Amino acid sequence: MLDLDLPRFPLGDYIDCGIDTLREAIAAETSAVADFVNSGITSVVDFLVFFPSWVMMLLIAALAWWITKRLRFTIFTFLGLYLLFNFDLWVATMQTIALVSISTLVAITLGIPLGILAALSTTSRKIIWPILDFMQTLPPFVYLIPAIPFFGLGYTSAMFSTVIFAMPPGIRLTTLGIEQVPKELNEAADAFGSTKMQKLIKLQLPLAAPSIRAGVNQTILLSLSMVVIAAMIGARGLGGVVWEAIQRLQPGKGFEAGIGIVIVAIILDRLVGHVKKSQT
Amino acid sequence: MPMLRVENLNKIFGTNPKSALPLVEKGLSREQVREQTGQTIGIANVNFEVQRGEILVVMGLSGSGKSTLVRCVNRLIEPTSGKIYIGDDEVTSMSRKQLISLRRRKLGMVFQHFALLPHRTVLSNAEYGLEVMGVDQTQRTEKAMEALKLVGLKGWENQYTSQLSGGMQQRVGLARALALDPEIILMDEALSALDPLIRTDMQNELIDLQRKLEKTILFITHDLTEAVNMGDRIVLMKDGKVVQIGTAEEILTNPASRYVERFVEELEKSKVLRAETIMRPIHEVIHGGDGPRAALHKIKKAGVSALFSVDSHGKLKGTVPADKAAQLVEKGVKDPKAMLDTNVKSVTLDTNLRDIMTLMVENRQPVAVVDDENTLKGVIVIGALLAAVSEHPESQESEAVESENTK
Ligand SMILES: Nc1ncnc2c1ncn2[C@@H]1O[C@H](COP(=O)(O)OP(=O)(O)O)[C@@H](O)[C@H]1O
Ligand SMILES: [Mg+2]
Repeated sequence: MLDLDLPRFPLGDYIDCGIDTLREAIAAETSAVADFVNSGITSVVDFLVFFPSWVMMLLIAALAWWITKRLRFTIFTFLGLYLLFNFDLWVATMQTIALVSISTLVAITLGIPLGILAALSTTSRKIIWPILDFMQTLPPFVYLIPAIPFFGLGYTSAMFSTVIFAMPPGIRLTTLGIEQVPKELNEAADAFGSTKMQKLIKLQLPLAAPSIRAGVNQTILLSLSMVVIAAMIGARGLGGVVWEAIQRLQPGKGFEAGIGIVIVAIILDRLVGHVKKSQT
Repeated sequence: MPMLRVENLNKIFGTNPKSALPLVEKGLSREQVREQTGQTIGIANVNFEVQRGEILVVMGLSGSGKSTLVRCVNRLIEPTSGKIYIGDDEVTSMSRKQLISLRRRKLGMVFQHFALLPHRTVLSNAEYGLEVMGVDQTQRTEKAMEALKLVGLKGWENQYTSQLSGGMQQRVGLARALALDPEIILMDEALSALDPLIRTDMQNELIDLQRKLEKTILFITHDLTEAVNMGDRIVLMKDGKVVQIGTAEEILTNPASRYVERFVEELEKSKVLRAETIMRPIHEVIHGGDGPRAALHKIKKAGVSALFSVDSHGKLKGTVPADKAAQLVEKGVKDPKAMLDTNVKSVTLDTNLRDIMTLMVENRQPVAVVDDENTLKGVIVIGALLAAVSEHPESQESEAVESENTK
């Protein structure tokens, strides 16, 4: 019907061309970043597996007890980790914990300041908000594509995509938390002569804390939900095992690693949930 | 020289406030300005002065521009035009930095819904202003404690504010302002969120405090009875404009607008009301066996300055004032009789309101209501009395507005 004989619009070609140009322009920087992140994550993993696994199990369980003071959770942590060891997934588990923790950390250290910025300045909010909308409607696979040309296969691309994917709720919930501070309280802070910084630190952030805390938890869960996808571009860990199992049609093995991801998710979620709660 | 001076102050809300200024200066009403320019008058052409040590009450219905006015004084809201002076300093021309320093040194503010920081203790709330000024810890604790003592919150400093009653919370709000020892205190409906019993007590306490401290207070209220109670002079506002400025007597005897008239009419109704209909039930009394410590606890818990004391048959014996009980506790005296103030004013159930008012105006204390056998039945505080007189001030206000608008 619409046979108007117009030439096909070569959007894909343009994007390829743009990425190529950009990649060449900043090749030195990106490979430096990639090396840095790769070696960073690798050394964290090395550190985690340096200890005998039973020592790590006890250490993590002790941490669980120290933070939550819940016996049931402590036992769950220990048994869960033991199960993973028993499945022969110990190294993969440590790799996943390292990747998720570091990605979460990066997502939060970028996300919270961006959230604050969006809350305090309408202009930056007008820029940040649509980008977030856009990011959240894209399927996570799409983030993998630009990461690879810049950072190659491996932890860095995995972390890059994970951070992008996991960051939006942290930004949004920080902004919302600050915006929820009642008007009268903001007025009071101003009326007593607070500077903007004092108002932020003494009023807005403390009152936004529950919301920011929820953002952090969401960030962790989203990071974890990326581990299988990230495995497709070379992140190892439990996700890597699942991805391998899919390719080799080994449902049993895939299932074991899947349980592993759930166990790690529960442990990290509870630990962080409690750390944040006990701070206030 | 006046402490605070406001000259030709205008605040117009909207996308292009300046465009409405010529019309506002011509004296067009809020409605007319909105129709012609789409801008909303917050306040228009306001002029007044407040002398050092004076309580100036700004009174008006909801929407009359009171909050806008008070926020222009410390520039929480930027005025569209006009000038504000505090002493010799022109507030309206100050830079951001000068403004912050002015707010820290000279202007305290108390808010309708208290605006306390929920994550801080009473003490640390009271310290807030000193803290942002950079006063060192020992000195700011000292000053904040002093302020807390002034408002009767000694011993409460480590509580979190959410655990306190409304009256107590507003004391914290007041202490936060007083801790800075400001020259001017802005109070935007500071007592409006409190229930009538506490409210009248607070009014009286505030008046006492003011006698001691001699601050300059800009006190906002929508309640005529409160205005009459508190104000040295009253500024009456309507639709963003000042309708009348004068003492309570001047305004009551020579009302310049319909809605003041209405309030005055309501006050007249007091002739037919009786003690029984307006008294409040008593939730807590001191019994004969209660020692000073127990009494003090009860008084604090009730959040008042004194409670009535009754014998085992419920007959009125006197009052126990908080300060007296506290003194005895400190001295270690245990005798219940020592704290009793037998000079208590009481009326019977059928006393009419005129007489009660006369009695209350004379000694400014809550009055006990008793039956023929001297059994305690209830209490009348000034707030309840005046509230009873105007019954539902809010709804009558909106009626008054409507009848005004349709004219
Ligand atoms: N931020 C604002 N934007 C637009 N209009 C406002 C704003 N603040 C107040 N107004 C308007 O200004 C008028 C005065 O409001 P306000 O000062 O809050 O009155 P009051 O405190 O006496 O109840 C009202 O008509 C209100 O709708
Ligand atoms: Mg108001």
